[in-house]
Amino acid sequence: MKHNPKRSQNIAFFFMLLATFLIVLPVGLIVFAIIKKGIPAISWEFLTEMPRQGMRAGGIFPAIIGTFYLVSGAILFALPIGLLSAIYLSEYAKDNLLTRIIKLAIVNLAGVPSVVYGLFGLALFVIFLKFGASILSGSLTLGIMILPIIITSSREALESVPYSFREASWSLGASKWQTIRYVVLPNAIPGILTGTILGLGRAAGETAPILFTVAAFYLPRLPKSIFDQAMALPYHLYVISTQVPNVDEKIRYGTALVLLSLVLFMNLIAIVIRYHFRKKKKW
Amino acid sequence: MRKFKESIIEKLIIVCGLASIFFVILILLFLLKEGLSVFKTAGFVDFILGRKWYPISEPAQLGILPLIIGSLLVTFGAVVISVPIGVACAVFIAEVAPSRIKELLKATVELLSAIPSVVLGFVGMVTLVPWIKNIFHLPTGLTAFSGSIMLAFMAMPTIVSIAEDALYSVPKTYKEGALALGATHWQAIYRVMLPAASSGILAAVMLGIGRVIGETMAVMMITGNAAVIPTSLFQPVRTLTATIAAEMGETVVGSEHYFALFAIGIVLFIISFLINVTADLFLHKKR
Repeated sequence: MKHNPKRSQNIAFFFMLLATFLIVLPVGLIVFAIIKKGIPAISWEFLTEMPRQGMRAGGIFPAIIGTFYLVSGAILFALPIGLLSAIYLSEYAKDNLLTRIIKLAIVNLAGVPSVVYGLFGLALFVIFLKFGASILSGSLTLGIMILPIIITSSREALESVPYSFREASWSLGASKWQTIRYVVLPNAIPGILTGTILGLGRAAGETAPILFTVAAFYLPRLPKSIFDQAMALPYHLYVISTQVPNVDEKIRYGTALVLLSLVLFMNLIAIVIRYHFRKKKKW
Repeated sequence: MRKFKESIIEKLIIVCGLASIFFVILILLFLLKEGLSVFKTAGFVDFILGRKWYPISEPAQLGILPLIIGSLLVTFGAVVISVPIGVACAVFIAEVAPSRIKELLKATVELLSAIPSVVLGFVGMVTLVPWIKNIFHLPTGLTAFSGSIMLAFMAMPTIVSIAEDALYSVPKTYKEGALALGATHWQAIYRVMLPAASSGILAAVMLGIGRVIGETMAVMMITGNAAVIPTSLFQPVRTLTATIAAEMGETVVGSEHYFALFAIGIVLFIISFLINVTADLFLHKKR
């Protein structure tokens, strides 16, 4: 049979469509299954009560609060450093070896396995600095982990501000810092916000970095200070699905649903901000 | 006064600019500080090539070869599954899909990358693992194969989005030239676009591999965690990452076992460093 380019194109496109379905379909099924089986578990009591009977009954309130503390702490630490670092890269750095090394360091920071962050947090914060397994140690570990996300997205946001804006500001006699502070930053805020929220979502879902730095197996009370251990949603899900026998399937799916909703909600906000401001962009 | 304030701020900016380098060095230093001492007792070669991982027996046997092979096996499986599917999906999104569906597909792939690893591990435990057990008539569904499938899904978003970027960055004129010569769209894609985007696609694959090797929670939940050298994909394995995550909670700080887990951390750090540097070289080759 003679080679028919039109037909091989159809075959090729069909297989590409198939490959795309192989990704899209399971994602849809996973999200659908968690929502369908998780919804019956969700109630006001489930969200606001302490776990009881070794986590086989009751709610997940301390895990929700713990996650909230951890994520807030991570952002408090990572946002200022990340933003200033992004300002350095976009406004000050010259195209030289040092800049190249910084960029490589960011790439590597983003690539370090999450469990290695856990080890690092254990060695530095828990043991060396004697913070113990605490919200402080966990937040700092998560903060360093999401630093590359914040730097990269903030830098993109800063660099997307047209160069002419800066020139206009300088020509009016503003200093370099005044230009950054009053011209570049305000125009880059949506992008910075997007990156920050994505970082938050990432920190909320990670388990490995908090394993040995903060996470408490079962702690049916709220943390009192940043030097307290805390429960966290992702670790709680891990614990009730692998470590504790005879947990009602409903509780597992319910916890998975709360965690997934939290992470997806933050991603949704980030997408909305990005979309909204792209439409409003003045340049 | 204002000058003074500004110079302080600028110094702060420069310090923060260097923060990434500082943290990478700090991570490496603390891994080395805690992990290096194991090589004094176990020896570097015995540690890497030792076939027995019995960290709490007396004396402890600290050979991580089974863990390295476990990681490699799971990674190999995940790459075999995710690379063809991921690249095909990237081409479909970048070239074939109508623009309205394109945004939807991209959003779905992004959604996949946002799902926390522990949630995917949980879903894998309750659905994938029993399926594998029944379909292949295995004593347990907690195998390297199950891990590979789950990890393939976690590598896919990375592969798709970076390969897609690589395809977009191929100049339009290349494709137009091919089409003008009478090539079909598909011929233009695989004879012109794919070769032109090859270094970017290679980088996408490398970063996908990096994602897979470093993945922890999902593998720990579905690969069975047996620290023996596997002979097939359908046996339980234990990966480097899962070993740290599963065992660190129970070790005594300062014990040989504790140091050995940090030494595994050093191995992981070096692997991820090499993968990321290589991927970065591929990414910057084009520009």
